[in-house]
Amino acid sequence: MASNRQRRLLAFSGAVVMALTVAACGGESDNTANDKLDTPECAAYKDYTGIAGETVTIYSPIRDAEAGLLEQAWKPFADCTGVKIEYEGSGEFEAQLKVRVEGGDAPDLAFIPQPGLLEFFAKGGKLKAAGDKTKTMATQNFSPDWLKYGTVNGTLYGAPLGANVKSFVWYSPSLFKEKGWTVPTTWDEMIQLSDKMVAAKIKPWCAGIGSQDATGWPATDWIEDVLLREQGPDVYDQWVTHAIPFNDPKIVAATDRVGSILKNENYVNGGIGGVKSIATTTFQDGGLPVVQKKCGMHRQASFYANQWPKGTKVAQDGDAFAFYLPPIDPAKGKPVLGGGEFVGAFSDSAAVQSVQTYLASPDFANSRAKLNNWISANKGLDVANVSNPIDKVAVGILQDSGAVFRFDGSDLMPAAVGANSFWKGMTNWINGTDTKATLDFIEGTWPK
Amino acid sequence: MNFDFTAEAPKLMMLLYGVIAFAAVVGLLLLVLDVLPARKDRWIALGLLAPAGLLLLVGLVVPAIRTMVLAFMNADSSEFVGLENFRWMFTDKNSGMLPDFSTTPVQYGVLLSTLLWVLLVPTVSTAVGLVYAVMVDRSRFESFAKSLVFMPMAISFVGAGIIWKFVYEYRQEGADQIGLLNQIVVWFGGTPQQWLLDGPWNTLFLIVVLVWIQAGFAMVVLSAAIKAIPADIVEAAHIDGVTPWQMFWRVTIPSIRPALVVVLVTISIGTLKVFDIVRTMTGGQFGTSVVANEMYTYSFRADEKGKGAALAVLLFLFVIPIVIYQVRLMRRRRLEGAR
Repeated sequence: MASNRQRRLLAFSGAVVMALTVAACGGESDNTANDKLDTPECAAYKDYTGIAGETVTIYSPIRDAEAGLLEQAWKPFADCTGVKIEYEGSGEFEAQLKVRVEGGDAPDLAFIPQPGLLEFFAKGGKLKAAGDKTKTMATQNFSPDWLKYGTVNGTLYGAPLGANVKSFVWYSPSLFKEKGWTVPTTWDEMIQLSDKMVAAKIKPWCAGIGSQDATGWPATDWIEDVLLREQGPDVYDQWVTHAIPFNDPKIVAATDRVGSILKNENYVNGGIGGVKSIATTTFQDGGLPVVQKKCGMHRQASFYANQWPKGTKVAQDGDAFAFYLPPIDPAKGKPVLGGGEFVGAFSDSAAVQSVQTYLASPDFANSRAKLNNWISANKGLDVANVSNPIDKVAVGILQDSGAVFRFDGSDLMPAAVGANSFWKGMTNWINGTDTKATLDFIEGTWPK
Repeated sequence: MNFDFTAEAPKLMMLLYGVIAFAAVVGLLLLVLDVLPARKDRWIALGLLAPAGLLLLVGLVVPAIRTMVLAFMNADSSEFVGLENFRWMFTDKNSGMLPDFSTTPVQYGVLLSTLLWVLLVPTVSTAVGLVYAVMVDRSRFESFAKSLVFMPMAISFVGAGIIWKFVYEYRQEGADQIGLLNQIVVWFGGTPQQWLLDGPWNTLFLIVVLVWIQAGFAMVVLSAAIKAIPADIVEAAHIDGVTPWQMFWRVTIPSIRPALVVVLVTISIGTLKVFDIVRTMTGGQFGTSVVANEMYTYSFRADEKGKGAALAVLLFLFVIPIVIYQVRLMRRRRLEGAR
């Protein structure tokens, strides 16, 4: 029984340590961090008081260089208010955000690029409705069209952050000049130009739809853009909300028209391989042959400007530039397909709401735009702050009330389709499955 | 990337609290057990098992039961749908589980791919590991040769996936190949192939990656077993004039049978869970998906929790026979040991 006393001693010391721990836990509440709001350079942020020393975590699909620019853009705000913004970008954002939220490890703010995902969290009671200040800021700066996509059942959950215009075709102005080609303004002209390129022994189109577990999305953008041009916004809305089936003849026609380019061995895949190489090429690499002059045209959003190799001059007289994907039916107007992120909050502390409000402000939009390669639908964004010529064009389109703007359809559909079967179906379609079988498959996966 | 200790202080403090809390709980437990009266041994056993049991309950039993319940519910777990998710799995061709030879390209289906993995990875890894272990046994470069094969074990599945994705990388004919395999093909005058695109070969190219990782494990375990074969048996065989072939089949294999079984079973269970490699290299596209990948996709990306949970249950059902076999084997061996 000699060990008995030892054991008791050990147990006793354990209990003492625990008591000390409890005492230590209660002892740290005073925060000594200060803001610098009284200094003149911080005048713009004087409304964001009382959040010094707080930490706000942000989770987002934006990574690498672009993430660095975001952090640089809100640095003055963070420095002035004393709030600490912890940013984390992830390549598997869509899937991981759900894992984190369900695991009780939700970030304070998330940049959600899919209105469907935002709706999912809002309906699940996970997202906090935007605060009054955020709401005022958002309604001042964004059009109802945009706010509609951040609103669920009449409640605004998030203001838009960045925006991208997807209806662009990238090309090499120097190659066009060399060959005497001109930028097409109608769909027919674009096809005639494609044939000219074939005759000049240059594959007219290149594409890549690889994107880790989101492989297939660039092909869905093609379908959306063409459908919007063939049938107009009303049919597009019906398709997105499943008022007409996914395998409706109108969708079949649009898909076949895309196929006349993407599945045409004469047209693709410039500088990369045959039709099937589209499926295995990442979307980042998909357009690079344009600057190598091995590919004539590459349909991709404005954000592709960030993908060009260092030293590429993106300008009307440079190595790469983009034209607006021309309309098919002039009667349907000038449709613009686009997307953007929405800043959703999983917490409603004062600091989180302040950051959320700030991110909806023209201050942030201009601060970020000045750092290049970024645009927003924020009406307060001054075009003069946008240096990239392609972004200037895009901002012009976004701030124009005349253009018909529609959000990326796959981001609006239920996740079972928009983030799974549509991608999978289009990947198989590129890989040889015919249009009917593809659309029947996707229709069959629409949640009942 | 500089590690700032002051910035990480909260996390380190949290860790410290965790350690202290653990010590406190154990201490308290011992204290209570110590002052408890009669029938002490039973109480002590219960008390000592309780923390582990509680953690198992929270971390394993409860989630497992919850998953099984979810498997019989709809997409957002709001109502019961009976066997609907399983009906979908095996009769709805949109689930992609079963082979469909009417489509172009042919869909081999998730179940068939998974079966291919489970059949090939354990057998090939074990065979490669065994042959290698026998060949390098007592050679001059044994430890060096062994570490060469064992090294892939130290690489994570995702890391291995990325490495092999580069090996299989494709560039069109005439362009500079950046993938090793295609470069070799080009050197021999062939045309570059898109290895990961066409079924069913693409699944085989993925399987190679897991074999590459697991062969090292098989080799190390089997090599140890071979070294444990009693010297007198080997000597007796030599005196009887055994050929190397007979030595291998009649002495080595029977002697290391228990180790072989353990290796096969361990790799089989690991293979059923394969997910990282498929997800990293193809994302489950082009008909390379396996059950674990589908489970993740449906549960966390497609908002189809019921289907995801049903796939998890299916995976569980696949593992059960292997586990039962292993448990029975262990029990039998314990009985033999007791005799």
